[in-house]
Amino acid sequence: MHEFPITQQIIKLAEEHATELCASRIKSIKLVVGDYSGFVGDSIQMYFDVISQGTLCEGAVIEIEHVTPKMKCTGCGELFEREFLSFACPKCGSDGEPTEIGKEFYIESIEIER
Amino acid sequence: MHDVLKVNMMANIHDENDHIAAHTNEDLTDRQIYVINVMGAPGVGKTTTLKNIIRNMKGLKPYVIEGDIESDIDTRDLRSLGIDTFQINTFGACHLDAPMIHNQVQSIKFGEKGVLFIENIGNLVCPAEFSIGEHCKMLISTVTEGSDKPYKYPLAFEKADVIILNKTDLLPYLDFDEEFYRKGVRALNKEVPVFKVSGKTGEGFAEVAAWIQKKAEEAKAVHHHHHRDEDTGYHHHDHDTAHTHD
Ligand SMILES: Nc1nc2c(ncn2[C@@H]2O[C@H](COP(=O)(O)OP(=O)(O)OP(=O)(O)O)[C@@H](O)[C@H]2O)c(=O)[nH]1
Ligand SMILES: [Mg+2]
Ligand SMILES: [Zn+2]
Ligand SMILES: [Zn+2]
Repeated sequence: MHEFPITQQIIKLAEEHATELCASRIKSIKLVVGDYSGFVGDSIQMYFDVISQGTLCEGAVIEIEHVTPKMKCTGCGELFEREFLSFACPKCGSDGEPTEIGKEFYIESIEIER
Repeated sequence: MHDVLKVNMMANIHDENDHIAAHTNEDLTDRQIYVINVMGAPGVGKTTTLKNIIRNMKGLKPYVIEGDIESDIDTRDLRSLGIDTFQINTFGACHLDAPMIHNQVQSIKFGEKGVLFIENIGNLVCPAEFSIGEHCKMLISTVTEGSDKPYKYPLAFEKADVIILNKTDLLPYLDFDEEFYRKGVRALNKEVPVFKVSGKTGEGFAEVAAWIQKKAEEAKAVHHHHHRDEDTGYHHHDHDTAHTHD
């Protein structure tokens, strides 16, 4: 459900950008999606195929680069992927703190045809 | 032959939502309204918590926006207590977003300075990802959900400005591991205050209300400072893009 308005937003941003560049169509859209962004790639593609009809995005392929969240150890500074039910660093055992890695949600690039 | 071109965009998809949220925040700060985004899983006691906090608040008028997928039971409940309450139904959407709140706030007449509580949709996942114009994100968690929740839903705990641990009257019947819970909360959010309360006995809410009152005063102090800046001709606007949404 929650991917619907977000997909509209993706189409709007991509179209605005493509229009400025006088594109006749958008061939692909590359998204960077962190696992903690809360967005599901398959749902975005599904809504995209429906909402993009009649826009410059019609027929475009969505490519998604997933990013796995990492914590930063407060003891030794190691960046690590956490284990289930724990925030402990695999190197030294101290707890990690959250980082921005894994929260990404942006359009990296588009491929256009002119 | 078509000319195919790859262009970098680096466009944050949340920007528009955040931009609208910033407007709502600025507008309500100007009107001396402190905004609290109340989040938590279904049935954790969001509405019960609001009632208990409001009962303990002094000198600040309470306003409530109730976000629900499709009922208005909580709204009727709060109105029956004489609280100015406004309903938003999302008809399926799992969180409130900035445009919904922006539109709702336009139609509310805030007669007096006070605190606007926005009860988000009962959901521990996505409300944490969307700013709606709040000064403060309040997370309601409970001893009945189990002590592993910070580990399973880290984002909600990371983003919270204040955490309420509710239903503590039920502790004798549960094996809630408070140390494990607090260790998880601390790893995610070093500074956040955690208030233990019971919506059944009313215990602990005076402290929460006092904390809110202090925060609301501080927000107002920032607001006065902001006006002094404007007097000297310094324009204190956070963004430089055009206002396209109004
Ligand atoms: N024992 C006990 N019950 C509580 C407490 N707080 C709330 N409840 C009960 O929990 C149930 C849900 O409370 P609500 O305040 O409606 O919860 P909510 O989070 O607003 O629920 P939704 O809006 O439906 O997501 C009600 O039956 C409350 O009476 C508490 O501290 N102790
Ligand atoms: Mg409720
Ligand atoms: Zn370490
Ligand atoms: Zn959602």
